[in-house]
Amino acid sequence: MTPPASNPSQGVTVDVVGVRKSFRGVEVLRGIDLHVKRGEVFVLMGPSGSGKTVLLRQIMGLDRPDAGEVRVEGVPVHDEGARDRVRMAMVFQSAALLNSLTVAENVGLYLSEHRRQPADVIARIVREKLDLVGLQGTEDKMPSELSGGMKKRVAIARALVMEPQLIVYDEPTSELDPLRSVTIGREILALNHRLGVTSVVVTHDRDLACGVANRIAFMAEGQVRFLGTPTELRASSDPLIREFLTIDFDENRRPLEIS
Amino acid sequence: MFQSIGEMIVLGWRTFAALPQTLRQRRKVAEQLFEIGNASLFMACLLSLFIGGVLALQSGPRLAERGISGLLGGLVGLSMAEELAPVMMSILIAGRIGSAMAAEIGSMRVYQEIDALRTMNIDPVHYLVLPRMVAITLGLPLLVVFSMLVGWTGGALVAVFNRDIGITAADYFSNLRMSVEGVDIFKGLFKSLVFGVMVGLVSCHQGLQTLGGPRGIGRSVTKAVVNSIVMILILDYCLTRFLLFLDR
Repeated sequence: MTPPASNPSQGVTVDVVGVRKSFRGVEVLRGIDLHVKRGEVFVLMGPSGSGKTVLLRQIMGLDRPDAGEVRVEGVPVHDEGARDRVRMAMVFQSAALLNSLTVAENVGLYLSEHRRQPADVIARIVREKLDLVGLQGTEDKMPSELSGGMKKRVAIARALVMEPQLIVYDEPTSELDPLRSVTIGREILALNHRLGVTSVVVTHDRDLACGVANRIAFMAEGQVRFLGTPTELRASSDPLIREFLTIDFDENRRPLEIS
Repeated sequence: MFQSIGEMIVLGWRTFAALPQTLRQRRKVAEQLFEIGNASLFMACLLSLFIGGVLALQSGPRLAERGISGLLGGLVGLSMAEELAPVMMSILIAGRIGSAMAAEIGSMRVYQEIDALRTMNIDPVHYLVLPRMVAITLGLPLLVVFSMLVGWTGGALVAVFNRDIGITAADYFSNLRMSVEGVDIFKGLFKSLVFGVMVGLVSCHQGLQTLGGPRGIGRSVTKAVVNSIVMILILDYCLTRFLLFLDR
């Protein structure tokens, strides 16, 4: 996978300014400052519990920070009507498909609820987006009939229907086999090349992060510990980052021989 | 508790403000109405038949002892219309439909489906709460009309076939027609309308406040049903006082 050359045609900028967030007295985000450029693939990486997903929810405006602010294209994300001005989509870790709707209804939900297109046009757009993620013919299936990977691709198709300017992915390759992980990574890059959208990807998948990112922010204990390109990340001398990038199973320990 | 009441008032106001969107959500309103009818009609029928029957069974012989068994139709008619049909149907709906609303919205919240709606700029109040509130507010009074009719029939069956009462169906219904006026039926329907709003509001609010996993959903369902029943009984007293005051 080749990191994209930034395409500024459609994407938006994201500014995270002094964001703090606590849950029951435990500070999960301790003053985060970030700037994501227009059309960039920006990866948030770090160990579990470092605050990546919480930060993503602040960026999408799903939660309010205790202090600080998130601005998308200069507009505070919690402002009334911010979502009318900037199209933002999110691919959830769990896919978060509406279980009572079919695949086609899920993918076309944004268009049908906002009355953007007539029903036959929506059906055509849904087919196109499902084709794009390799799920043609699944329109009438229910989410419960799909595998984890298929659900994730439906969630991507649902995000694409919005023609987003900012798309955020929460652990897009969790629960996926290596082949599907690479397919999803390529999809993220293809979208970025084709539409020039700004992408923010939360992951602790080392291959995905280094494969798709223009820049990576490495988070630990609610703070940004490193910010730079994948090459700079690999060259980092920070012991935690080195361990995170290189840790493997002990070569000298093999499973017990079973006779 | 005060925070919950405040949140419910806000939710009620937001739903009220969203009422002009009802036509756009008519398919979901129809689905919810079907759900209310489909899930509750048989139980409503059974419940009302026995409530009417037991009313006649309790009071009929005592009236007969005093030689005024002819008043039984009015007694059962008024009790069903003004009190028992709206209250019992609301409690039934709280148990069957309110619990389902809290469970469905609660699981959507836990499994991030509501977050997904918000990312698509779809207001969960418009998409989830409004159709349910409209359906329950329309459906409950309809169910109450049905309950009144079946309850009166239940009372008539006992009045006719119980030897200790021994009045004819014609006497029973004649007295019922004389005693129960349109305004009495309207009072029952008005009560059920208010109860419907309350059950919908409490159930949707509990669903939207759900936290945690399956245990959280279970807790929300229990709270939705218990709080709805408590609110129905408290409101019933207040509304009865209010309606009696208007009667003066």
